[in-house]
Amino acid sequence: MKGVNNVVAVSSGKGGVGKSLIASTLAVILARKGYKVGLFDLDFTSPSTHVILGAEGLQPKEEKGIIPPEVHGIKYMSIVYYSGEHAVPLRGADISNALIELFAITRWNTLDFLIIDMPPGISDATLDIIRFVKKVKFLVVTTPSQLAFETVRKLLDLLSELGINVVGVVENMKMKESQFIKQQVEGRGITFWGETPFDIMVEEAIGNVKKLLTTEFGSILEELVAKNLK
Amino acid sequence: MHEWALAEAVISTVSQITEKEQLKEVLEVKIKVGELQQIELDILEFALSQLKTPKLKNVKFNIQTAKAELKCRYCGHKWIFRKEKMNEEIAEAIHFVPEIAHAYVKCPKCGSPDFEILEGRGIWLESIKGAK
Ligand SMILES: Nc1ncnc2c1ncn2[C@@H]1O[C@H](COP(=O)(O)OP(=O)(O)O)[C@@H](O)[C@H]1O
Ligand SMILES: [Mg+2]
Ligand SMILES: [Zn+2]
Repeated sequence: MKGVNNVVAVSSGKGGVGKSLIASTLAVILARKGYKVGLFDLDFTSPSTHVILGAEGLQPKEEKGIIPPEVHGIKYMSIVYYSGEHAVPLRGADISNALIELFAITRWNTLDFLIIDMPPGISDATLDIIRFVKKVKFLVVTTPSQLAFETVRKLLDLLSELGINVVGVVENMKMKESQFIKQQVEGRGITFWGETPFDIMVEEAIGNVKKLLTTEFGSILEELVAKNLK
Repeated sequence: MHEWALAEAVISTVSQITEKEQLKEVLEVKIKVGELQQIELDILEFALSQLKTPKLKNVKFNIQTAKAELKCRYCGHKWIFRKEKMNEEIAEAIHFVPEIAHAYVKCPKCGSPDFEILEGRGIWLESIKGAK
């Protein structure tokens, strides 16, 4: 990890809020700007970034470790290289062990950004990332729903208690005007990145990165990145 | 190869212990290698010899294998993992990430994938002999 400048964990207290979609799209956006980007899918039991990226038939190279293959200009690592179509039922300790193993053997070389797609919640993977990747920063995803923010609030409080850098909060699947999330986030002294809309075109663009970038969701996320990530 | 990463980890752990115990020289390092991960002993040994630090100049690496013992959390059955039963692709996946076994290995008694690895997952240091 020595050559990796920025590690950004895309995280949330809740599942289904768009972490994987945002992590994947963010990685593509940064790669297109000319940065050296890696994407690491750490949601071992429910990996999904490979579907969003339309990454098929990839295999990492072995060379004193594992060199992630490239897709859309991104160095991409996922457990699906090893589990294929199979379910991988893992308990907490197994998740930790697999995570440590993959971190130890993956050779990213030099990267401007390593984007990590996290599983939901504040369980094993989150605690392990905090433990092992001292320079990790979090990009936290929520939806406008109070239910989502109830868990996101706890994640934000935990991170701030631990002194972990939160680069910002994205409010995804925005459907109507409201200030609730923005106020809650800014009230905590955390940067509110902005809102990405609920966009029915996203589903059709899954697996097609070019199309994804041209959706309203994609172009707005690109604006948020330009504005907030420097 | 993956064995190199493991060898690096062994050397770095040995160095830490050497420092902590203030050893002048390390004479023997006993390493146990679990069968689940199917580590290639030749490559591991070669990697270790190449990564030797000055204090490890005269070290003897004593590498032993350990059976991988699995225990079903659902029915309690214990069994020994046998790589001969695996096809090559699966064996290789388990080689890189032993937890992948949960995708392919089932309890022979009840069919559950919910088992724990009692022993023989990866690689561990058994003992170190040195001179002060
Ligand atoms: N802004 C959006 N507009 C439309 N659909 C979205 C949007 N964000 C996420 N989705 C969809 O919602 C579902 C959950 O997203 P996903 O990224 O898998 O969430 P998570 O990783 O947080 O569980 C997916 O089907 C995804 O395509
Ligand atoms: Mg996800
Ligand atoms: Zn059983």
